[in-house]
Amino acid sequence: MEADVTLTVDGERRTLRTDTRTTLLDALREHLGVIAPKKGCDHGQCGSCTVLLDGRRATSCLTFAVANDGADVRTADGLADDGELHPVQQAFIDNDAFQCGYCTPGQVCSAVGVLEEAEAGWPSAVTADPADTPRLDEAEIRERMSGNLCRCGAYAGIVAAVRGAAEGDAR
Amino acid sequence: MTDTTTHLGADSARVEGPAKVTGRARYASEYPLSGMAYVYPVGAPVARGKVRAIDAAEAEAVPGVLGVLWHGNAPRLEEAEPDGLSLAAELQVLQSDEVLYHGHMVAAVVAETTEAARHAAGLLRTDIDRSPHDAAFFRDRDDFYTPEDSDEHRGDPDAQIAGAHAVVDEVYGTAMQHNNPMEPHSTIAEWGAGGLTLHESTQGPHVVRETLAPMVGLEPDQVRVIAPFVGGGFGSKGPLHAPTIVAVLAARAFPGRPMKLLLPRQRMFDQVGYRSPTSMRVRLTAGADGVLTGISADAAVQSSRVAEFIETAAAPARMMYAAPHRRSTHSAVTLDAAPPTWMRAPGECPGMFGPEVAMDELACTLGIDPIELRVRNEPDRDPSSGLPYSSRNLVACLREGARRFGWADHDHAPGARHDGEWLVGAGVASSTYPAMLMPGSSAVVRHLGEGRYEVGIGAADIGTGAETALGLIAAEALEVPADRVRMRIGDTEQPTATVAGGSTGTVSWGSAITAAAQEFRKRHGSAPGTGAEATGDAAPPEEGDAYSSHGFGAQFAEVHVHAHTGEVRVPRLLGVWAVGRVISARTAHSQFLGGMVMGLSMALHESSEVDPRTGHVVNRDLADYHIAANADIGDVQAHWIDEHDPYVNALGAKGIGEIGIVGTAAAIANAAHHATGVRVRDLPLTPDRFV
Ligand code: FES
Ligand code: FES
Repeated sequence: MEADVTLTVDGERRTLRTDTRTTLLDALREHLGVIAPKKGCDHGQCGSCTVLLDGRRATSCLTFAVANDGADVRTADGLADDGELHPVQQAFIDNDAFQCGYCTPGQVCSAVGVLEEAEAGWPSAVTADPADTPRLDEAEIRERMSGNLCRCGAYAGIVAAVRGAAEGDAR
Repeated sequence: MTDTTTHLGADSARVEGPAKVTGRARYASEYPLSGMAYVYPVGAPVARGKVRAIDAAEAEAVPGVLGVLWHGNAPRLEEAEPDGLSLAAELQVLQSDEVLYHGHMVAAVVAETTEAARHAAGLLRTDIDRSPHDAAFFRDRDDFYTPEDSDEHRGDPDAQIAGAHAVVDEVYGTAMQHNNPMEPHSTIAEWGAGGLTLHESTQGPHVVRETLAPMVGLEPDQVRVIAPFVGGGFGSKGPLHAPTIVAVLAARAFPGRPMKLLLPRQRMFDQVGYRSPTSMRVRLTAGADGVLTGISADAAVQSSRVAEFIETAAAPARMMYAAPHRRSTHSAVTLDAAPPTWMRAPGECPGMFGPEVAMDELACTLGIDPIELRVRNEPDRDPSSGLPYSSRNLVACLREGARRFGWADHDHAPGARHDGEWLVGAGVASSTYPAMLMPGSSAVVRHLGEGRYEVGIGAADIGTGAETALGLIAAEALEVPADRVRMRIGDTEQPTATVAGGSTGTVSWGSAITAAAQEFRKRHGSAPGTGAEATGDAAPPEEGDAYSSHGFGAQFAEVHVHAHTGEVRVPRLLGVWAVGRVISARTAHSQFLGGMVMGLSMALHESSEVDPRTGHVVNRDLADYHIAANADIGDVQAHWIDEHDPYVNALGAKGIGEIGIVGTAAAIANAAHHATGVRVRDLPLTPDRFV
């Protein structure tokens, strides 16, 4: 079965006819030529495919394209503005927060989501008092970024990058 | 020509950084080629048998399905040329009715879309004549054999037991592990008029070409392999494996249509190799002063009925510490299991676990500080070859690590410290990995005009920072600022490069680049014309045979074990390395950290569990096969000492990609013992061991 779906991908309106079994991830990668979200497991277990879906981070392999008609999808590619990197992206480079780079666009989207979630006061499993506005210390960052696996083991750099970005200072 | 000697060791940002943080870097499966079709592999649901028939009628009726390949209709393959990495028999896929392990590929569906291919794969009916199988690895089996050239004997270590003041005699185990690079093994293969083009996730584009071409009746120059970005490999993307071959067979069967195969994560647990489980009996004998009289390491590993692969886990015990009497042996058992493969620091990584825990046990028995014990057993030459070391700074690493970690406060009593409900301990272990230079690489240097250069070599950067490091080497050799050099890598259109493996890449490729740059200056001088170029080949070190060359390191771990739940945490991990000259400081630092994180992952989590009844790995995805996540990691630090090694190679550098994982698990296990008094000799250190 097929359906027409309209998505706004990195600010651009895209319409496609899609198999109703097609995941959002495959719609982006295989049909729209958007390669920033990566396929690491296709089962919601690694975070490589993380995008900002209507502003919130989501694993795009776990949702069907047809279920997201009208949605706004922002990938790591769309976070960079006219050749100008997003502060989180620059912080990733400055802290060498990646090696092979395959998990990286997902990590970057997740990090942007984390900054916004903390700003909005959302607690995590390690927030001492859920009523307080969480402060993004190392433990908070590690906890909140743990949905994004990195087999290259760039976690130390990732924590430093997110911290740097949270403090508004890239390094 | 300014800046002549300042490039090596630079703290430069990774040159491909912007491409990676934006996701614009294109990996193998991400080339938008027109007419793309999708290949979905189908594995045998039994561990041994013969395929009687494949009923594809229902699958072929699925709209969009182009065909089903199986041994009855797949294009024929020639035998692969031995490349020292791949197992030729593993590559003969869809060529016979034989099923030799659970998941052995028996068919592949080719379709217009990935959804159709996957759906149709579920409709295939495979009729398999099943035979009994045996896929269980355990030490007490009676059918281990001795692989060729695997043992080394010196003196009589057994005879030392009688007169020894202290003896450690224990069996240590490391688990079966799967490499699991984040980018699944993937291929786009297209068979065209000019030959075969592959977009491939590989550690060696030229290796793929040389091995594959004769298998499909092509000359190597009719095969192009493109791999500018590779999402990790850790060994499994060094050799060729069956999925690549299946994509090529599909391309052969449907010429002109690019065939994409991105291996499902679950299939990475049976199609692309793994690290064999190891069981090693280690015996140490020593006097009261801790000086070793005998070392023996007897390792048992598994191999596969498909082809032999031996994890040489007993090898590092040959050269690590001094002792007049020594033995290292391997025994292997042939199972109805997929063939093992290379995984980060093959041999050394699992092989240093047992001996380094045994050294800790000996230190405890004798009441000697574990660092001091290692210092007392420092050899002045390689005990195996008798050669002098080109440099060996293990002791300096241990001392520097002790200083940075705060080891002086170490009180040796196990199970004596706690922080609330957490038992607290510290541990140390040594690391080592051989320093090798692989001959066979070439490079080209081209002047693009206005002092800008392009340097080409077909090397793969699997995340190691090769592109950055090679750019620095080229700038150094050409005596130009680093931003004047653009590297062209990851493509067989560039000169031949050896595999990114064995921690040989940077020095082997760098040696070719240095030779090409020198040749360039010799021919074209310092004011070359636009388009001037020269090539050069990697040369082995002049006195290479006269020395034993290894990197060394020391790792320190602080471990907390929860008194009631047994949960193990590693708040601190610190490594100090002696690896000759460090070429690219920032990317090298990440390589060490990455190795240590993978070592922590091995220590705490990783274990592929085989169900002997079916012969398959049960925990076959990233939800069940745990790799370290961000929250598992605490303060991880990597430092290196200044080591000047004039003999190892012209760059004075030793490989660094693998040594970081060697010894980590032992340091953590030793720290866990120090915290709890419980000695765990089998990895991983799951909570049940401590409650
Ligand atoms: S690909 Fe979506 S979570 Fe792994
Ligand atoms: S950078 Fe390679 S998996 Fe994260």
